[in-house]
Amino acid sequence: MQGNSQSRISLPKSESLKKKYWTGSRKETLLGWLFIAPETIGIVVLGAFPLLFSLYLSFTDWDLVSGLKGINYVGFDNYIQLFQESKFYITLKNNLLYTAATVPLSIIIALVIAVVIHSVLYFKGYFKVVFFIPYIATTVAVAAVFSVLFHPSQGVINNLLMSFGIMDPPKWLGSTDFALWSIIIIAVWQVIGYNVVIYLAGLTAIPDDLYEAAEIDGANKWKQFTRITVPMLGTTTFFLTITSVINSFKVFDLVAFLTGGGPRNATNVLVYYLYEEGFQKFRMGYAATLSWVLFIVIGIITLLTVRMQRNQY
Amino acid sequence: MAQLKISKIIVTLLMGLLSLVFLSPLLWMLSAASKIEKDVMKFPVQWIPTDWNLINNFQTVWYGKVPFGHYYMNSIKIALITTALTLVFSSMAGFSFAKMKFRYKNIVFFMLLTFFMIPAESTLVPRYVLIKWLGLYNTHAALIVMTAFSIPLTFLMRQFMLGINQEFIEAGKIDGAGLFRIYWQIVLPMAKPILATAGILKFMWSWNDYQNPLIFLVDSKLYTVPLGIQSFQGMYSTSYAAIMMAAVSAILPLLLVFIILQKQVIKGIAVGGVKG
Repeated sequence: MQGNSQSRISLPKSESLKKKYWTGSRKETLLGWLFIAPETIGIVVLGAFPLLFSLYLSFTDWDLVSGLKGINYVGFDNYIQLFQESKFYITLKNNLLYTAATVPLSIIIALVIAVVIHSVLYFKGYFKVVFFIPYIATTVAVAAVFSVLFHPSQGVINNLLMSFGIMDPPKWLGSTDFALWSIIIIAVWQVIGYNVVIYLAGLTAIPDDLYEAAEIDGANKWKQFTRITVPMLGTTTFFLTITSVINSFKVFDLVAFLTGGGPRNATNVLVYYLYEEGFQKFRMGYAATLSWVLFIVIGIITLLTVRMQRNQY
Repeated sequence: MAQLKISKIIVTLLMGLLSLVFLSPLLWMLSAASKIEKDVMKFPVQWIPTDWNLINNFQTVWYGKVPFGHYYMNSIKIALITTALTLVFSSMAGFSFAKMKFRYKNIVFFMLLTFFMIPAESTLVPRYVLIKWLGLYNTHAALIVMTAFSIPLTFLMRQFMLGINQEFIEAGKIDGAGLFRIYWQIVLPMAKPILATAGILKFMWSWNDYQNPLIFLVDSKLYTVPLGIQSFQGMYSTSYAAIMMAAVSAILPLLLVFIILQKQVIKGIAVGGVKG
């Protein structure tokens, strides 16, 4: 093993290879592959291969019940049916509203909280932890708590609203107008802490002398915030925007636990629709079509966000 | 200067108040879990219960009709095994990507980077078929197999191991240690902080997972805590105090682990930006 680093560079090929096939670099190649093998095989078998398999399934009418023999090729039928289905547009619209509301809300609120924690406060450690707690709390347990808080007649939230003089408060999860907003509120509340932690990491990277120079030039706090803090956090905001948008298209837990897509599809979203078709009606071909639409929607949004970012700078 | 300090104190106090409002749903959960049923919905809220009912509620959840303790053990078992496997797989791959030299390494890495963009939700249907075909449907093994591989945690490991000085590895080689021993005896001990971070994150994701158990488990004996809460709510739909106790039971252990190891968790999130 001693001549490890030299052996890679210059070994007379003919003789020494016969004597010693397992040179250092060959060993390293073999071990290198062995070390990445479990992870890579796992990801290929459970990620990449299923994605391709669902592309195949999306061109079939398979319904699981009829077994593997019941797979019939139907061409683009599923896609055509999907784009004619009004339910698909409802879920898409709900999903877009969910994205349009949760992403800016969770990012802006988190930015403000992070800046306040970073610049003015004592007990930074305490605040960091407090705002992060909802993020680690089990979503289903959180949903159970909010379902009681949102109770239309006895819940704390409506009692509070009524004590402020709002005599006819919304029925929240039970109302077609407010159910999605109830879910948005819970989702934003849960994710803010994550965004705060990411922003705090970004804030520590901004050099203090920028603020000192601005102070000397007479810029007030607001100007410092808009002219230094926000632009310097550009990449952080960009990262958070992409991940939040992507995650907003995966929303499932709150919908599945709280509303089951209801009332009257008011909270039905893409992944929940996929779940209904695939795992309640067992229409695997159709659910696979939805999987690919989801994959493509997320892909397009990622690319668009990246391009928008590029144009901006 | 004195003025500055006063304004700082005021902002801290305001922020403290805001943080209490922010946490109020969870504080409410704690207080409701220790009340008698008829006090739960009282308004204005009794934050400190007048009639304590903590033990009774605890018994309803843990020794009632729903075998909550059993679900708890299921969740612990699945989370521990998944976490252990993830740490082994991701640290091995991370070490190889960071410190070993071989052809096509970067191509494989780039491939994983691309696969990272595949949403797990897009592969639910074929994974279901695959798991059924493997005969793993309705087993804990299905959940473990499906979640033991994590691309973001592999990236996190690689990132950390890139920072380990190459000299440690060369020194190991000179002493005659094989690469496996170098990984096991030199690199892993140095990577303890990042292993702790990745381990907590993975445990948390596994514990909180709802979608996979919902789809891949049917037998109620196999349920995990989130599914347990669901069936609990189904059975005790109007016993809010008991439901809140179930929610506390689900959240509290993770919360304690987090509060003890908060630095590791927050560092992991901030450095890697990893998200489950």
